[in-house]
Amino acid sequence: MDALVEVTGLTKRYGDTLAVDGVDLTVLPGEVYGFLGPNGAGKTTTLRILTGLIAPTSGSVRVLGGSPGQSDVLRRTGSMIESPAFYPYLSGLDNLRLLAEYAAVPRQRIDEVLELVDLADRAKDRFSTYSLGMKQRLGVAAALLKDPELVILDEPTNGLDPAGMRDMRRLIRELGSGGRTVLLSSHLLGEVQQICDRVGIINSGRMVAEHNVEDLRGEQELVVRAAPRETAQSVLTDFLGTGTVHLYDDTLRVKVDPGRAAEVNRVLVEAGIAVSELHSTERALEDVFFELTTNEELSS
Amino acid sequence: MRMWPMVGSYRAELLKLRKRSAVWVLFGAGLVLSLIFGYLLPYLGYVTGDDNPQTDGVPRAQVLQGMLPDHVLDNTIGGYPIFAGALALVLGAIVIGGEYAWGTLKTILTQRPGRGAVLASQFLALATMIVVWVLGIFVACALCSIGIAAAENGSMHWPGPLDLLRGLAGGWLVLMMWCLAGAVLAVAFRNVALPIGLGVVWILGIETLLAGVVSSLLPDLDVLSNALPGTNAGSLVFSVTGMVAGDAPPGVRDAVSGGRALLTLVAYCAIFAVLAAWTTRRRDVT
Repeated sequence: MDALVEVTGLTKRYGDTLAVDGVDLTVLPGEVYGFLGPNGAGKTTTLRILTGLIAPTSGSVRVLGGSPGQSDVLRRTGSMIESPAFYPYLSGLDNLRLLAEYAAVPRQRIDEVLELVDLADRAKDRFSTYSLGMKQRLGVAAALLKDPELVILDEPTNGLDPAGMRDMRRLIRELGSGGRTVLLSSHLLGEVQQICDRVGIINSGRMVAEHNVEDLRGEQELVVRAAPRETAQSVLTDFLGTGTVHLYDDTLRVKVDPGRAAEVNRVLVEAGIAVSELHSTERALEDVFFELTTNEELSS
Repeated sequence: MRMWPMVGSYRAELLKLRKRSAVWVLFGAGLVLSLIFGYLLPYLGYVTGDDNPQTDGVPRAQVLQGMLPDHVLDNTIGGYPIFAGALALVLGAIVIGGEYAWGTLKTILTQRPGRGAVLASQFLALATMIVVWVLGIFVACALCSIGIAAAENGSMHWPGPLDLLRGLAGGWLVLMMWCLAGAVLAVAFRNVALPIGLGVVWILGIETLLAGVVSSLLPDLDVLSNALPGTNAGSLVFSVTGMVAGDAPPGVRDAVSGGRALLTLVAYCAIFAVLAAWTTRRRDVT
């Protein structure tokens, strides 16, 4: 499958500062790709390069088979970079009208995207009177105006209330399932975990991981709360083997197939240990993210 | 550059200009200044008699003559080299600088047209708006001169169509040159306030000061002052209106010939446009 976005060895230098350092990134057709990283990691710089706003210092970048910023590539790409920027003296509708003129999009599409982001009722109000959430939704509407194959959204849920965030997540998920490819940057790990197929994690300008969400989260564990805890750890280590049981806060984390939970419970009970809690869990993307970014910082 | 992206971008730019109140406030200021200095003050001087200081000893008949249709071009474009020029510079600075201040440049540059097409359409829309300014001020001045001629039984003689066309085109070129100066400053500083400050100080102060110093103290440097944009703007207006030197408004004088002034202003327009385009195409949009 040909990648829609293919980035190899991408570097961007501002004077002595290396904003992006040899990033490799691949976005496949139809997937929702999460681009994760702490503030200042190089996410927005990378996305600006992908949309042709800034030129890379070195490296190769292909977007939809062409170079970033080419007219044909821009025609097939919708984007919202950093924060939604519109003309404050124009209404939301007029802002979309003029973008439609630039992009040769039929008027009827404006109504469709306004409905899609639930902004039709306030479309004739001035942009300067919009709340942060409404501005964000107008930014997403503008990104979808061209009915693009590739949608690039930089922190799309910024400023949205919980209901707005939920709606935005649903919309992004729908975009992905509707055959569009979405490249989404975020520092909200839960958000990415819920809506993305694959993620790339960037830290200090360097890509530290690029995997399926499930692969990144890794194997499942059992959480066991039992007393006495040390005895429980010893019993389970004897039963499952060295390195399978770890203390985490006041619980035991047991690396075992959750299907063996009843077996684990039986072993503990038979050893006279009181089990007060036993359930399966998965590593959250947040755990992986902090693990990877911390390791990266320690090694650099 | 294909034609289509230009048409769509041009329509988008016109929409932005049409709906921006600052554009009409600037136009209104230019219009009001033209009418006050071209008609209101002279007419008050005229009706209050020969002794009024406003007429400065000029015979009333001559004051009236200056307000009649035959002199409509003088009153329409006489203020362009300095006052209306400053307003045109502000127009260029707010339109182009606003894109940087609001961050909207990234929004429009991620649509379909390339950077060159976007900037060209912005300049084309500004040129169109300057046509509207020039024609609007001309129509207002023409109506005033008709009214005064009718009220005072003055002559209804008009300049010939070619003279009118030449005068209005010359006025348009003067305003366009200053507008592009504001635009290139806005691109250079990625801002609105600084270009306006620098540009207006240049037009209203430095050029006049330089011309004065050069003519009185350093006459050998005439060649330098005669290459300045304001000097050439004033010379072009002087040549297309046929004013007399002693009667010309501030900034309008016969420092260089009309032909040379025309070529110099065209060269300034080209330099400003190319500089703005070169910078916009090469620079990162952050």
